[in-house]
Amino acid sequence: MKQLTVAGKALTLLFAAAFLVACSSKDTKDDDAAAAAAAEAAARSAAERAAAADAEASGAQQQQRLQDAVAAVGNVFYFDYDSSTLKPQAQEALDAHIALLRTNDRSVRLEGHTDERGTREYNMALGERRGNTVRDYMVVNGIPSYRIETVSYGEEQPIAYGSGEANWSQNRRVELK
Amino acid sequence: MKHLTAVILGAVIALAAMSARAQLVIEITQGMDNPTPIAVVPFAWQGTGAPPEDAAQVIDADLARSGQFDPVDRGDMLARPSTQEQVFYRDWRAINSDYVLIGRVSVTGQVQMRIEYELFDVNRQARVLHGYEEGHVNEARMLSHRVADEVYETLTGIPGAFATRLLYVSVTRNPAGKDYYRLTLADADGARPIVLLESREPIMAPTWSPDGKHIAYVSFETSRPAIYRQELATGAREQLTNFRGLNGAPAWSPDGSTMAMVLSKDGNPDIYLMDLRSKQLTQVTRHYAIDTEPAWMPDGRSLMFTSDRGGRPQIYRYDLRSGATDRVTFEGSYNARARIAQDGRNMVMVHQSGGRFHIALQDLVSNRLQVLTSTELDESPSIAPNGSMVLYGTKSGDRGILAAVSVDGGVKFRLPVREGDVREPAWSPYLSR
Repeated sequence: MKQLTVAGKALTLLFAAAFLVACSSKDTKDDDAAAAAAAEAAARSAAERAAAADAEASGAQQQQRLQDAVAAVGNVFYFDYDSSTLKPQAQEALDAHIALLRTNDRSVRLEGHTDERGTREYNMALGERRGNTVRDYMVVNGIPSYRIETVSYGEEQPIAYGSGEANWSQNRRVELK
Repeated sequence: MKHLTAVILGAVIALAAMSARAQLVIEITQGMDNPTPIAVVPFAWQGTGAPPEDAAQVIDADLARSGQFDPVDRGDMLARPSTQEQVFYRDWRAINSDYVLIGRVSVTGQVQMRIEYELFDVNRQARVLHGYEEGHVNEARMLSHRVADEVYETLTGIPGAFATRLLYVSVTRNPAGKDYYRLTLADADGARPIVLLESREPIMAPTWSPDGKHIAYVSFETSRPAIYRQELATGAREQLTNFRGLNGAPAWSPDGSTMAMVLSKDGNPDIYLMDLRSKQLTQVTRHYAIDTEPAWMPDGRSLMFTSDRGGRPQIYRYDLRSGATDRVTFEGSYNARARIAQDGRNMVMVHQSGGRFHIALQDLVSNRLQVLTSTELDESPSIAPNGSMVLYGTKSGDRGILAAVSVDGGVKFRLPVREGDVREPAWSPYLSR
């Protein structure tokens, strides 16, 4: 519908240009030629504008699709115990983010987290490893490293406070912000 | 005006209530088999009004907390002497008390407090210790702890560590948003807590300078971790690091000139030394593995640290002169965050056995390892300056609490708070007067 409206506007412009040409046809040949050239240029630029608007409209649609995909996968990627290896599901989710980030120049922050087991400082290092794994995957897939900041929070900011795997599995994560 | 007063009063009461809830309360869970009975007689108050502090009560609680003494209930005492002439040994033999401590408290010029004390051995029928402590009346509890230190040393041969202080981190959960983190300074018995720093971002790794006048910690207040140094007397603080990546685990060298720390600015976590005067950095470890949690040996010649270079976290020792690195722990799949006693022989650490995390002690001479705790998810051990007790963080239900265990595993106590989580205790060195 939006595309139709844009095309309609382009048509209106074309008719307007043709009318101008018709009105000026009583003048000299030179004038005629100039007027024809002007009309042609006007028509051409109108068509170009219409095409650009078309592209923009489909670009916006494409952008919307990428954003919807990112919203669907969320911005948290989970890890196994004492591991900083990307799981297939996390990789898929990350791919959606990467697709969107390739269309803009936004900077992101990757916050690495662990569960409560083990010492706090070691977990700071483990959280950083997880953040780096995600960063490296993004860089390999075309996001320049200067757009990515990683910060580890270790076990300091759990999502679930209790103990046991049900809570721990929610806390071993990287959040993309 | 009246309104304003009410608001201020309300705020003061709320603050007082908050600090009361935040105060640690000690619950002794396991003492020695045959603790020494001692009677700490209420001290005579030689002033007007109410005494500033029940000094005998503070001393009584200190001795009980050591697990090595079993103080006599005041209600069981047949007499309440306050001078040597009033002490009759038969009164104390009758209630099976091996020792009697008496004292007198006075305050001169409103502010100068003096505690005189005398300790008697009931079996030998002799005075074995006498002395006095003097100081500002605001330090009444600290003066009492010093008396307890003297009594403890006389009876055990080990200097007391009651007149010391603790740092710890507490967290108040906020399900609606970011948690509240606090760095607190308190007496070794948990009394007189003072909040040094409050933040909506994590606070970690509090530690003491060897002279007890400065502390260092990690704060995320800039949205990234950074190491800060703070002077306790003035509150003046300085940001020491602001590197990309980890800025963690600060540890003062025994001579106070250097700080060991963990930085990952060059790609992965390694141990660095910072000269605190010039702020010059020296890289100590260079390994693609995680190297973290540096702890100085008391002679300042080597550092213990945690590394997973062998696959799992274990403790290694780095010799600062030769640059040699040796693995120190071999028992168990996870040994981390070493702390070394002043004797340079006892090393405490987090040790995993059977999937659980406990505090263990390794004798660095015999290399014998002893698991000290039976609680779970134990972490952050900190040794008292006299080497007798280890304070650590553990979990009770889903709450973080502090607990303590003696280095022989015989005495255990917990320091729960009524609200929030408490973690990362750091026991001060001996404090100068």
